[in-house]
Amino acid sequence: MEIIIYGIVNSFKLILIAFGFTLVYGTSRLPNFAHGAIFVFTGFVAWIMMHKLNLPFLPAAVLALASAALVGVVIYQFILKRIRGMSMNEIIATYAIGVALIETFRWLGFKGTTFTLPVLREGVVFIADVPVDYQRLLVVAIGIVMLAAVWAFTKFTRTGLALRGIAQDERAAMMLGIDADMTGTLAMALGSALSGLAALMLFPLGSIVVEAGYNTLVFALAVCIVGGIGSWGGTIMAAFVLGFLQVITVTYLATHFQMVVTLAAIIATLIIRPSGFFGKHKELEERV
Amino acid sequence: MKTGKRRERIDRGIKVRSDGLYALSSWREIAYLLAPRTLLIGGFLLAPLLLLLFPYWQKVLLIVCIYALLAMAFDFLANYVGLVCLGGSFFVGVGGYGAALLNKYCGLAPFLSIPLAALLGAAFCTLLLLPCLPLRGVYFAIITLMYPLMATRIIEAFELFGGTNGMMDVAGFANPWIEQYFLVTATLLLLFGLRRLAVEDLGLVIKGIKDNDQSVRASGINITFIKAQAIFYAAFLGCFAGAYLAHVYMWAGLSMFALDFSIIPIAATVVGGGGSLMGAVLGAVLLVPLSEALRAFGPLRIVVYSLILTVVIVIKGEGLLNYLARKYSQFERWVEI
Repeated sequence: MEIIIYGIVNSFKLILIAFGFTLVYGTSRLPNFAHGAIFVFTGFVAWIMMHKLNLPFLPAAVLALASAALVGVVIYQFILKRIRGMSMNEIIATYAIGVALIETFRWLGFKGTTFTLPVLREGVVFIADVPVDYQRLLVVAIGIVMLAAVWAFTKFTRTGLALRGIAQDERAAMMLGIDADMTGTLAMALGSALSGLAALMLFPLGSIVVEAGYNTLVFALAVCIVGGIGSWGGTIMAAFVLGFLQVITVTYLATHFQMVVTLAAIIATLIIRPSGFFGKHKELEERV
Repeated sequence: MKTGKRRERIDRGIKVRSDGLYALSSWREIAYLLAPRTLLIGGFLLAPLLLLLFPYWQKVLLIVCIYALLAMAFDFLANYVGLVCLGGSFFVGVGGYGAALLNKYCGLAPFLSIPLAALLGAAFCTLLLLPCLPLRGVYFAIITLMYPLMATRIIEAFELFGGTNGMMDVAGFANPWIEQYFLVTATLLLLFGLRRLAVEDLGLVIKGIKDNDQSVRASGINITFIKAQAIFYAAFLGCFAGAYLAHVYMWAGLSMFALDFSIIPIAATVVGGGGSLMGAVLGAVLLVPLSEALRAFGPLRIVVYSLILTVVIVIKGEGLLNYLARKYSQFERWVEI
């Protein structure tokens, strides 16, 4: 029972972490390797807002989300725009920016486990005799709300439809007057804000550490690769598979095997089916 | 109508004359061809002597060579074979642990254990990367990024080879001169060897695979086998660097799988300019001393590095060496349209 409940919670954690990445890649074919850095960045910005400017949690959270979106926009406008289409340069540049961001925080002295964000509400409920605290329930709730919101946004609004149009066929979409740079900027802003949202939800469960930036990137990549990069349904399925896999590993083996299992899942997926277990029809162009 | 101007680039006369192998008719032409190469070889061979007064910078020279080797491996894989490998540190780690094991358990001296570790390590890496060879582009990059991370976690989790402490008491070099010149000569030999390889038959097939793998395959060539060979050469360079490092530090440990060994060579290749292997070496020569100078700033070093890398990618994608080579062999003038 414990495994089921914590597996679900863990799966939603992974969904929160990975969804920003898959959104950006799915709509604009931009691999945002600065994803993990933005995750950490949001956490620290929220912390600075709260402890240096003495703001309460909610306004600080909103401002942190806004600044995460801003970072996404800046990365797109000043870096990605100029090297778009050269996929290797995109990866190297975003990864380098991510590393720069993370290491700047380390340099500023944000290390150790003294930096924490508060939970929205203290307390524990018992679900089938398993104690679950409110923050973990909130993670699940926010995860569901976010999925629904993104789904509705891309299905029913003009901007959302434009994003999907660009993703399906860039040339045709551009002929219809959709600006690829606009959607790219938007996708980066949204993806970064989602990464920030994940940070605000997950950091209260532990403390803010710079290493989380690298781990988050690996987890996001793992989920996206196992699910098929850019496929949303696949991302959710893969988050559940990996989420349960991690919880089972932690329960029956030890905590430090969690990463081994995740990495092994990435390598195995790439070797067996590079387009992911739930990805569609891309087999031919990716494999030789 | 307003007449515009456009810049025209034309090969210098001396370049055209000295391009043909049989037409070298004057010392000037010979000097034109030899000058850049002499500068590189002479520079590397004299450096240990010139740095005699600064023992600290002699150590830095070793690091330069190590990173030059790694950058060459990255450049070879990325620009000759078309496989972008983000996991250079995996090669370093395998080579380092290999040399330490050979030295401690088989009692081999550094001169035997380094080449042997490089060979065995390269074979090991090739074997492990064999299943990933059908992948390309982003997928190969991601999977190679995972290998060193995986290796660290496995060593940590199973407490292999001394676990997080690493393996101590690896034999060092008896004589600092041998230490220096062994590496410098090896770097130069491997550099020119790899350049030679790239214009041999195998190199041409490799280039063909990069440009259009399907048509190479259609010619009846087993591309996986060729790619495996290319990986073997690149891994050999990486493992050699790692094995050497293990003997210099007299230690092999988890930090050999660290990100530095993956990122700095990439930065060096990007800054120096890919596609000629020389650019990779030039990048290492420029970046490593810079990073040593920034050592006092701790994590800021990596920040500066990453920023340089980003700026160069965004603004001057061709790299320094390609820019210099153009200036060396061509001149520019404005012409009216």
